[in-house]
Amino acid sequence: MTVTPPAQRGSRTAADRLARLLNLVPYLLARPGIRVAEAAADLGVTDRQLREDLELLWVCGLPGYGPGDLIDMAFDGDRVTITYDAGIDRPLRLTPDEALALVVALRMLVETPGMANRDVIERALAKIEDAAGDLIGAPVAVRMPGCGDRLDALREAVQRRRALRITYYGATRDETTDRVIDPIRVLMVGGLGYLEAWCRRAEAVRLFRADRIDALVELEEPARAPKQIQLHDVRTGIFQPSPDLPLITLCVGRASRWITEYYPCERVSPAHEGELSGPDGAGQEWLVSMRVADLAWARRLVLGLGPDVAVVSPPELAEQVREQVTDALAAYAVPLTEAPTD
Amino acid sequence: MSRTRTERLVNLVICLLSTRRFLTAAQIAATVPGYEHDPDDARQHEAFQRKFERDKAELRALGVPLEVGTASAFDTEPGYRIAPREYALPDIPLQPDEAAAVGIAARLWQHAGLAAAASSGLAKLRAAGIDVDPQATLEVEPVVTVDPAFAPLAAATRERRTVTFDYRVPVQDAPTRRRLQPWGVVCWRGRWYVVGHDLDRDATRCFRLSRIVGPVKAVGRAGTYLPPDDVDLISQVARWSGPTEKRGRATVLTRPGRAVGLRRWAKTVDRGPDGDRLVLPYACPEALAGSLVRYGADVLVLEPPEVRDAVIQRLKEIAVRQQPAGALP
Repeated sequence: MTVTPPAQRGSRTAADRLARLLNLVPYLLARPGIRVAEAAADLGVTDRQLREDLELLWVCGLPGYGPGDLIDMAFDGDRVTITYDAGIDRPLRLTPDEALALVVALRMLVETPGMANRDVIERALAKIEDAAGDLIGAPVAVRMPGCGDRLDALREAVQRRRALRITYYGATRDETTDRVIDPIRVLMVGGLGYLEAWCRRAEAVRLFRADRIDALVELEEPARAPKQIQLHDVRTGIFQPSPDLPLITLCVGRASRWITEYYPCERVSPAHEGELSGPDGAGQEWLVSMRVADLAWARRLVLGLGPDVAVVSPPELAEQVREQVTDALAAYAVPLTEAPTD
Repeated sequence: MSRTRTERLVNLVICLLSTRRFLTAAQIAATVPGYEHDPDDARQHEAFQRKFERDKAELRALGVPLEVGTASAFDTEPGYRIAPREYALPDIPLQPDEAAAVGIAARLWQHAGLAAAASSGLAKLRAAGIDVDPQATLEVEPVVTVDPAFAPLAAATRERRTVTFDYRVPVQDAPTRRRLQPWGVVCWRGRWYVVGHDLDRDATRCFRLSRIVGPVKAVGRAGTYLPPDDVDLISQVARWSGPTEKRGRATVLTRPGRAVGLRRWAKTVDRGPDGDRLVLPYACPEALAGSLVRYGADVLVLEPPEVRDAVIQRLKEIAVRQQPAGALP
């Protein structure tokens, strides 16, 4: 990410102030007698900033700059009314970035599966696009994955505040379980839908991936998630490894290097310091350390990645992988050949 | 920008909005407070011109549509004005529920790029008299994250400017420099991509924004290329990253209650005396073998041979790779 030098940052806030001032007059004009505190909160500035802005506007106006030309306002206690606007009675049109930010976010909402009131959002989008005209210019397309029906059902359950009985596939343990949950909210993160709910079996808040809920029955009884529970902060991702989980270290070739992009890793470093490799990283290997919720899951991960990956630690993971391979080859009646020892 | 400069700029906007005639720089200097100088003093005049240039640039950066023209055919000096119709945000007849939706949409950017643009855009809607309920929520909450490269790429796409950036794919450590004429930015299944013409490969390419390292630099002039008329951005990305059709069918044997992940996408599951037979759709035998080997001894491939052989080959290779440390030569 680029870092804005301090000088530029200073002029940025000044430019923001000019934009704010030009906006403030029509804002107040549309709301005669609004409380200063309410306006400040609405516009995201402090009371003091707003009062300073008003003081500055008070000395601005039409050429002539006499009493009848300057922007004027009346104060009544903590309420303010613009009595003369000097011609800035409308906000400035949207900039391309503003139009883009609003339009893209609305398209995200429209595309979010299971969204209620989609027609409202679509109408809002059409009106904003209309006002933005050809400003947006940059084609930005948004397409979210399907499974809208499942999300519809989940959203309705949240809305009706009913408990659910679900059949859920947990990839960590590779098992399907039935559980009763009290739905809290539906989330979309990274294109996947999740139901956050109180799990009565685990007696904890859990995130359930919508596409792994294999069956769902809405129960008669109301949802009763305990109050004062901590919801997940999903802004940095769904799986947040905690330091008490087992740490595994793998030696990873380039074909499996994607795991460092897909799973949170604690450490990624070249396995052989100073070794020359091909221009495209051929023959290179990395040491990757990551926390895993379950060693059996790690075993499936390593087996799935194949010969491109070797377990460095812990030894019991390496042992489990070897056991599985030996047993599987025995089932195919293939003798396990010794490694070449030359 | 000092208070006096801010004041001068507000007055300049008001002055140019109120005039129908184009005002020359000299007329503006004689009118708007803050530009006073002696035009006959070369140094003073030059200082004024620099100041006026900076101010015009500032207004344009804010999006103020500054018109340049002459009041009559006899004028030689350019004049300036702002057409109120061009300046003003058009009426947006948003109903309260629609306004609430816009407010929610603007909040999606809270912790991501374009947050400032979304909130200043929303402030303009509020200034147009639209009340936006700050408490409104939706039952489904999309979490929108956008990579730092989004804003510069969207801007370059809009201006049709070539960009360069360093791009790192996971299989390589060192990023490579790319030159791209961007056509559009796409959010596909929650990830962001840019589609365009790769100048070095001379072909259409998609890039994942999360793999762009460091700043995106716009190079060259604006409007130097035209994106193809009929380009479908979504399908470009879908073709690049999307799934392939699964026409093959493999039959595997698994013990009851095992390989649960496979059962979920099996076409059929038949119970038998020696275990459960699953029929699995696949496109690429190697990729399917990778999924099957995950389950180790719990899964045995019955057919077809191409999948069975791929699994056996893979198992043998893993066995060699996972030799205990002592067994290594």
